[in-house]
Amino acid sequence: MATTASIRSGKARATGAASLLSRRFSASAKWVLTLGVTFFGLLMVTFLIGRVMPIDPVLAVVGDRASNEVYEAARIKLGLDQPLYKQFAIYVGNVVEGDFGKSLLTAKPVIDDIRRVFPATLELATVATLLGVLFGVPMGVLAAVNQDRWQDQSIRVLGLFGYSMPVFWLGLMGLLVFYGKLGWVAGPGRIDIFYDGLVEPVTGIILLDSAMAGDWDVFLSAIDHLILPSTVLGYYSLAYISRMTRSFMLEQLRQEYITTARVKGLSEARVIWRHALGNVLVPLITVIALSYANLLEGSVLTETVFAWPGLGQYITISLLSADMNAVIGGTVVVGAVFVGLNLLSDLLYRLVDPRAR
Amino acid sequence: MTAPLLTVEDLEVRFHTRSRVVEAVRGIGFSVGREKLGIVGESGSGKSVTGRSILRLVPPPGEVRAKRLDFDGLDLMAIDERAMRKVRGRRISMVMQDPKFSLNPVMRVGQQIAEAYRVHVDVSPAEARRRALAMLEAVRIRDPERVYAAYPNEVSGGMGQRVMIAMMLIPEPDLLIADEPTSALDVTVQMQVLAILDDLVSERGMGLIFISHDLNLVASFCDRVLIMYAGRVVETCLAAELHQASHPYTRGLLAALPRIDGDGRDLRTLDRDPAWADPLSVG
Amino acid sequence: MSLPSGPTTAATTATTGRRAWLTAEAPRSRLQARCVQAYHAWRGFAGNTLAMIGLVIVVVLIAVAALAPVLAPYSPIDQDLTLRLNAPSAAHLLGTDELGRDILSRLIYGARITLYIVVLVAVTAAPLGLFMGTVAGYFGGWIDPILMRVTDIFLAFPRLILALAFVAALGPGIENAVLAIALTAWPPYARIARAETLTIRKSEFLAAIRLAGASPARIIWGHVVPLCSASLIIRVTLDMAGIILTAAGLGFLGLGAQPPLPEWGAMISSGRKFLIDFWWVATMPGLAIFIVSLGFNLLGDGLRDLLDPKHAS
Repeated sequence: MATTASIRSGKARATGAASLLSRRFSASAKWVLTLGVTFFGLLMVTFLIGRVMPIDPVLAVVGDRASNEVYEAARIKLGLDQPLYKQFAIYVGNVVEGDFGKSLLTAKPVIDDIRRVFPATLELATVATLLGVLFGVPMGVLAAVNQDRWQDQSIRVLGLFGYSMPVFWLGLMGLLVFYGKLGWVAGPGRIDIFYDGLVEPVTGIILLDSAMAGDWDVFLSAIDHLILPSTVLGYYSLAYISRMTRSFMLEQLRQEYITTARVKGLSEARVIWRHALGNVLVPLITVIALSYANLLEGSVLTETVFAWPGLGQYITISLLSADMNAVIGGTVVVGAVFVGLNLLSDLLYRLVDPRAR
Repeated sequence: MTAPLLTVEDLEVRFHTRSRVVEAVRGIGFSVGREKLGIVGESGSGKSVTGRSILRLVPPPGEVRAKRLDFDGLDLMAIDERAMRKVRGRRISMVMQDPKFSLNPVMRVGQQIAEAYRVHVDVSPAEARRRALAMLEAVRIRDPERVYAAYPNEVSGGMGQRVMIAMMLIPEPDLLIADEPTSALDVTVQMQVLAILDDLVSERGMGLIFISHDLNLVASFCDRVLIMYAGRVVETCLAAELHQASHPYTRGLLAALPRIDGDGRDLRTLDRDPAWADPLSVG
Repeated sequence: MSLPSGPTTAATTATTGRRAWLTAEAPRSRLQARCVQAYHAWRGFAGNTLAMIGLVIVVVLIAVAALAPVLAPYSPIDQDLTLRLNAPSAAHLLGTDELGRDILSRLIYGARITLYIVVLVAVTAAPLGLFMGTVAGYFGGWIDPILMRVTDIFLAFPRLILALAFVAALGPGIENAVLAIALTAWPPYARIARAETLTIRKSEFLAAIRLAGASPARIIWGHVVPLCSASLIIRVTLDMAGIILTAAGLGFLGLGAQPPLPEWGAMISSGRKFLIDFWWVATMPGLAIFIVSLGFNLLGDGLRDLLDPKHAS
């Protein structure tokens, strides 16, 4: 009797563990599936965009004086005689391999171009986000702790301005004041022409490469050029992050465990920065990831203003030259990173919150 | 009654909202020594607010005023915030209702207990850990090491409340305020937690203010009982003499309690007399 | 609808006239009840200074756009190369651009373009989102997950980049820009509509109407849509600023309204070349965009505080 009972309970325990495992597995499987489906959707949309062009892609390749045979041959070569879904399959296959075709402007594979320009965008977005977090989080906390007083009002207004200003205009104003009138920072571009190409591009991020090579002139020039665009972009990050931090903080300060902390006799500073903020960081990680994604998107405009040679500028220039391969390629990459970050933020939340484990 | 630890005289708590002023506590007074005092009342009677005002933890827009709020020679209304922080936890502590909400969800339980000790006594982290583990044993948790490393969502309600008790008793306060400590627990667990509370309070010779809406519970657990209604104290007596209570509100409460040996008739509902809210507090 | 806090006692002591009628505690007709509600809502809203500023800005925008021919001192497209790049002066309050055109007049007419884009996007995206959301919520089954996947996919797309690619393919122009923006603007509205539809679907009130023989279309149109409208209006207003900024971004890149149309983003772009020495050409249009976006943001926040107190900041 005892043995049957223990066997049954053992079985129950085993199935219990199995169901827990399958739940965990299905949660991450679901996440991977969502990622895949969304990416697939992105490809579908970009494919359709590429196909709705009024420009005939064959003509773009062979020129408008080609003979019928050359035209037909090129058409077959481009796969345009195939039914649409087959073309899409070829497209997806190519993208997965990283083949976006050749750029009309540079005559090089688009993927190589993207690899060349992406680090610049990464550098800008990362520094901007760091600034946003460094200043945005304390400001959000300050605003929440002083709710409705002048600190709160002014921080909220600052954030509100950030939501209402066009980033490219703010960049121009920044250039006007700090470069044009005051001469405090360098002008557009990533680095002085004098220093361009002097440092071996190991990571593609000039700050890191020059620091590693010990070439401090280049490093300083890079900072000189980085400071204005990253501050402008950082302001947007700050507006968003401080607003969300404030909101999360206000919610946490209402919770019972905060009273408990005070009952224990903890200083108010410790209550805020150790207890409340610890709980704020959980949803804040998601916000930071989303902010990063938004900055990547805004880079298109900022890079144009600051002549920053990143992916955003690459897309814009290709656009103005009707270089569709490059535009689509750039769009897919930015789109993929954007989608990835959105979904990653979801995953991060579940990792960081002990309640979700 | 032993020499009083805490003396409250004419305590008033008001909340100033945009449309009106809410008077949560309207001039009450009582004393607590090293004994168990129960404060019973329905929602809105002001009993929880009373507990918090002793610790000066009534949040704005609340305003606390009292003719006297003395604790062991200290004038709690007069001392500054820094001095008050030394009182909180170390001299007076409070156990709250629901450990699901009153424990920090992203901090390990053991750390929270150790923190309660280290804020008042300068010891090494290792020593604080040792004491926290000892405290977990004192509240009869069988696997203190495991619980120490657990997060609040990983422990059951009863265990969480025991953790709360451990956390609030580790700095060895003289007075403990328990604000509905068992209301969020299953009935079976309630008795266990109460027993632990009873033992620890008696062992250490502490005073206890037990706030609850459960008259029965308070009557069986405490030495003296205070009945609050609409921000005033309407009756105060020894727990043993509760059935001799005179105020109509108390009698109404008593009559509304189901009894296993009762005659099976419908329980009398309380007829609220607005006059009960008027007279000055008793005691 | 929650009554606003504040000196309601003052309002309720009025005993005669319109005020009394509007603040009556026991209205005697449906019309009066509606008016009382509206009046209280207005009082609550009017107490919010920032929201009022937002409202004023939006109203001014509409007025300027409507009265452009009357208000503008010069023609927005007439060039006068002798007046190139003049600094702001009495004759040209905001200066002239590189082709001698008066910037103030161009901004005034540009208000029309801004309003046109914003309204067009709202009118395209909101109904689309409403449709997708209500259908998904009402019919459930397998339609719901599929539509919601599609919504999530579009929600995860980078708005500006996709609009860029879209316009690149179709060619620049206002209508293409509007379509591109609308394609990524509808998902939030679908979500709201679906949530509201789901709550209705479960109510007994719905079962009663269906028993009375109402068709799905009538139910959706007659009952679900009115209930969604408050949240939708708030959301659309809050989104307007973002739409204006995206449209300006497209204009800045030369993909929106084409010259010589005085679209504000395009004006900034053309002013860029002369930024350092002739700063007003690029600065003024940007200020206009900023003020208008700010106005919509303030208005949206105010509306949200009023109609959806849970999310009030």
